[in-house]
Amino acid sequence: MSKGKVVVAMSGGVDSSVAAALLQQQGYDVTGMMLRLWSEPGREASNRCCTPQAMSIARRVAGQLGIPFYAVNAQESFRNIVVQYFLEGYANGGTPNPCLACNRQIRWEFLLERALALGANFMATGHYARLVRTAGEPVRLFEAVDGNKDQSYVLHVLNQKKLQHALFPLGALTKPEVRQIASDLDLPAATSKESQDLCFLAGQDYRDFLRRHQLRVERPGSILDRAGKQLGEHSGLVNYTIGQRKGLGLAASQPLYVLAKDQARNALIVGFKDVLGSCELLTEPINWLAGNSPAEQFDAQVKIRYSARKTGARVTPRADGRAHVLFHEPLRDITPGQAAVIYLDGEVLGGGLIAAENGAPAEFPSVLTSEPIQAL
Amino acid sequence: MALRKNIYLDYAATTPLDPRVLDAMQSYFSADFGNPSSVHAYGQRAEAALEEARQRVADLLNAQPEEIVFTSGGTESDNLALRGAALAARQQRGAVHLLISPVEHDAVTKTARQLAEQFGFTLELLPVDESGVVLPAEVDRRLRPETALVSIILGNNEIGTINPIPEIAAICRARGVPLHSDAVQSAAYLPLDVAQLGIDLLSIGAHKFYGPKGVGLLYVRRGTKLLPNQTGGSHEANLRAGTPNVAYIVGMAKAFELAQSELTQRTCQLRKLRDRLIPAVLAAIPDAQLTGHPELRLANHASFVFKGVDGNALLMLLDDAGFACSSGSACKTGDPEPSEVLLALGLPPQWALGSLRVTLGMQTTNQDVDAFLTALPHLVDHARSLELA
Repeated sequence: MSKGKVVVAMSGGVDSSVAAALLQQQGYDVTGMMLRLWSEPGREASNRCCTPQAMSIARRVAGQLGIPFYAVNAQESFRNIVVQYFLEGYANGGTPNPCLACNRQIRWEFLLERALALGANFMATGHYARLVRTAGEPVRLFEAVDGNKDQSYVLHVLNQKKLQHALFPLGALTKPEVRQIASDLDLPAATSKESQDLCFLAGQDYRDFLRRHQLRVERPGSILDRAGKQLGEHSGLVNYTIGQRKGLGLAASQPLYVLAKDQARNALIVGFKDVLGSCELLTEPINWLAGNSPAEQFDAQVKIRYSARKTGARVTPRADGRAHVLFHEPLRDITPGQAAVIYLDGEVLGGGLIAAENGAPAEFPSVLTSEPIQAL
Repeated sequence: MALRKNIYLDYAATTPLDPRVLDAMQSYFSADFGNPSSVHAYGQRAEAALEEARQRVADLLNAQPEEIVFTSGGTESDNLALRGAALAARQQRGAVHLLISPVEHDAVTKTARQLAEQFGFTLELLPVDESGVVLPAEVDRRLRPETALVSIILGNNEIGTINPIPEIAAICRARGVPLHSDAVQSAAYLPLDVAQLGIDLLSIGAHKFYGPKGVGLLYVRRGTKLLPNQTGGSHEANLRAGTPNVAYIVGMAKAFELAQSELTQRTCQLRKLRDRLIPAVLAAIPDAQLTGHPELRLANHASFVFKGVDGNALLMLLDDAGFACSSGSACKTGDPEPSEVLLALGLPPQWALGSLRVTLGMQTTNQDVDAFLTALPHLVDHARSLELA
């Protein structure tokens, strides 16, 4: 007796292949689907998500498991939604996380629609996260058992309608266990090592990509201190990362750091190390996974980017749907455009993008980013 | 891979091997394994089988054995015909103009495009009418003294339309320009008499008529100049180097013999099924059109477009329901580009994207067609209701 029909979003990678195998073992009627995402013309072979090689591995896995497999073309939607989001995010001075848009609108919408259209009850991915289902109650999303691989951060973009259909068969496993299962089942796997780059950048620097796709990406302007005094010239805001110290071309008594990018004035705001870091942030409207916002402020843990650790904070939901987050300790890498995800005892309550302003009365947002964004 | 309860309706993509063909091939894998080029007894037996096969297919085509070049399939035959004839014509008479229809198989189209983009030829596409038929008068109008080759598909893979090759051949013959025709889809359904067709070059692949994959032939009328694409040993009259695949060639000859000798019986049965299927689909499904010619079409071939349907989604739904069909040409990557062939018929993209090809074959039964006709309207409705982004 089948436990229901499930479409597994396959990628040719070990995680989704093992997810498909496990669900089959558990008695589900499994079908594989693989998204073909957009690549710049001529760079298809280096797209991280869906090279022809990855497609052929996924097909071989499906063949070995004896499950149907379909390629689903999402190139146009991906270009119009995710790549556009990425370009506009930078154009507006943020540091966008296109993986969030992809999970929300491509994987868990475009592909989910196709899975349901095929009569599936569920869609599964190889994400490391756990779901808890209780009859008559909302589905709850929790961190994975393997803290190193936990991907619940990107899944905060789901909602109850999507979670009802979601399965994450790897949530209780560690990555080494998943590799062992793949090896025991002799599943074909890609030989290339895992990369965290954005799939459509195909290994290039994101600034080169932006240059090719946005003509006005590099507009020189002023470098200012927090009081508005001009210290020098910058070559275009997109060339700088918040928190950056080197390459500013400024001489000062102590090292200067990029504190913020002021899009309105096309100015790069710099300051000394002691003003780096912030204790608070304001989000755009929060997506609460349970479907509604807590009425009162509460203590929780907040993760401000995929690779960040969770930090204790007081979260205050606001009437306009946004939330104000006051951390117990200052954070140096609060980055507008990334998401702040709210956890309570390992459960994802919700999340929202970090707004450009931090909700504090201070004159400038005091923020710092580390490396360029990573793919999830 | 365990196939589910499937009904196969994709005989234009490929066909299963006829057990009689497999029988004929068996001994050439082991007992009679020789290389036909060898001097000794093993070689002699292989060569005898090879030349016997050549004689057989030549007879069936009303051709001479020396006019048959065995290849690895329809695509190689098309490549050899196009590139071989074009390069030879340029070498011999400076001819650099290629004239092809816009409804050719990719094996022709892409070879012609390569000749144009990389080798300095000029490529001209003929117009077709809304059924995908090439009008002979248009060929006449466009032929030039420097035309190297004309290539026009006989029976179309996507839309089933049969072109008036004899009339076109007469025009080309009068102007001294060689004519190639891709007959890969036609070999199972049309008598192929090269004299009657008046053709100079004709491509065939065995797996479309219950023969093995990986073997085909090119008919080359005596006196038609070709440069080989593949060089090496002096096999196949120096036109196609490489040790001949004897077992497969024997299999092709057997399959072609069966296809042509049982042609009337097979096509009559197929036509009966097809002529029940087409009107039933058009009656049951609103905003549906037959693509290709209503009468001048391959006996096993039904092809449609459904307005506002994502053809790939429909194929998935059909497969899930146990029906193996195609959108037109065999493509699994889910490419959402409308087919160039369907656009050439003047179909707008919102129609052309919803294409479905149903091709019947020897194992198709009345019950299969009934089951398909029962399932399809719901699946098209379903595909239409998706409102997918």
